[in-house]
Amino acid sequence: MESPILNSQNFNAYFGNNHVVKNVSMEIPRNNVVAVMGPSGCGKTTFLRCINRMHELIAGATTSGIIELNEENVYDMHAIYVRQKIGMVFQRPNPFPNLSIYDNTIAGYKLNGIKLSKSEKDGIVESSLKKAALWKEVKDSLHKKGTFLSGGQQQRLCIARAIAMQPEILLLDEPTSALDPISTASIEELLHELKKNFTLVIVTHNMQQAARVSDKTAFFYMGELVEYDDTKQMFTNPTDTRTQNYITGRFS
Amino acid sequence: MKSNINYRINKSLFIKGFIIFLAFLITLPLVSIIYYVAKEGFATINWNFFISVPKPVGEVGGGIANALVGSLILVVVASIIAIPVGIMCGIYLSENGENKLSYYTRLAVDILQGVPSIVVGIVIYFWVVKPTGSFSGLSGSIALSIMMLPIVIRSTEETLKLIPSTLKEAGLALGLPYYKVMIKVILPVGMSGILSGVMLSIARVAGETAPLLFTAFGNPYLNTNIAKPMQSLPLLIFNYATSPYDEWHNLAWGASLILLICILLLNLFTKLLTRRWKVQF
Repeated sequence: MESPILNSQNFNAYFGNNHVVKNVSMEIPRNNVVAVMGPSGCGKTTFLRCINRMHELIAGATTSGIIELNEENVYDMHAIYVRQKIGMVFQRPNPFPNLSIYDNTIAGYKLNGIKLSKSEKDGIVESSLKKAALWKEVKDSLHKKGTFLSGGQQQRLCIARAIAMQPEILLLDEPTSALDPISTASIEELLHELKKNFTLVIVTHNMQQAARVSDKTAFFYMGELVEYDDTKQMFTNPTDTRTQNYITGRFS
Repeated sequence: MKSNINYRINKSLFIKGFIIFLAFLITLPLVSIIYYVAKEGFATINWNFFISVPKPVGEVGGGIANALVGSLILVVVASIIAIPVGIMCGIYLSENGENKLSYYTRLAVDILQGVPSIVVGIVIYFWVVKPTGSFSGLSGSIALSIMMLPIVIRSTEETLKLIPSTLKEAGLALGLPYYKVMIKVILPVGMSGILSGVMLSIARVAGETAPLLFTAFGNPYLNTNIAKPMQSLPLLIFNYATSPYDEWHNLAWGASLILLICILLLNLFTKLLTRRWKVQF
């Protein structure tokens, strides 16, 4: 069997004395969509932010245990390198308001001072926007500001910006929670396409969404990883009673 | 019941009228100042007024070239000192909201804003003028830059605080180092607010007299050497308006008009500039 792209072992995260992610061990296989679900405050977003080391930016936040990307601990690498390998899309669309759609897409190169020729840039912009299913809508207004787009388009622009860096993994932190149902549907459709090139980890507290988009699902509760299995297995025949209760809506 | 409603409508109309009247009243001081200064100063202003230096008492004519050049140099040098320091300090304060250093820095900035300008002038007199042994344009600029600092620092801090933290995270998540996030994401997005603070601070110190009394001191001749005493518009107005000669009074009126126009233009320019650089997020 192929080795997993991401492997977390006995991983813990803290805010000061507050233990928010408890002893999480899970393997994420390549080119899968893994959904992380659970009630509010269960540590799912914190766990996601630990994967690309965004967690440590908060004052007082610490971690222990290891998370391996391709069998190398991300906490032994340089954080900047980790974040170039592991892209992230946030809960609210956050395109750079001072940049055009074009420049937003290549922001990872442009702002890092990586020199690209005009044709390289054009190529990256077109292919990234196409992969993010946004190209058709914006190809005639590439030099307008990114903030002129609708919320759903902005979120797809943020996805394009993240995949333009050609990361190995894309982390999505409740990417549709600020969007309307139609935009949500188009983003979910997009996830199926993105799976071909990337490994996706998506945090959601919407169970239906987890069931629709993912290959594997992890259920977090009170900072613990309660259950982690194939999505089908998880939703039809969960082993843990807490998972059962959550899925049947006995608590949320 | 009906009469009650009429009474309330009339009351509302009356209060609305009163508020509009007050709003008009507010503009009256400014309008009357501009009118009076323009009326008195306009006659003095001609081409010669801009290009010649003041004549000795008794001779007709003379201009304010020395004060125009002096004011420009004083303000430019003060800006070169105050703007980088002020912006960097503002960035520090907005990024480190809670720690001890930023608490005391913020306190110091607030107090500095309240220090009377004449006191700043005296302090610079003891710090710069006395050790160097001469009044100088440079000492005047240092005094002005101290007056500018609190405005630049606070406007930078307030502007940057309003920028959503999600933008910073977006930059960091793309693998940008922290300093690049600050320079390439946060500063450009806040540029409009920072610039308006900078311009307002310039407009504020361009008309300052007190800090220059014992520093730049004034100079009846045209001087571009910042190590020597230097004339400025407010100093010239102060000296000439308090003199006993009618000729000099006229020059003071003319200079007042020019100073007023400069500051009005600076304010208008700031409005234009900030609208141009405004970033919607």
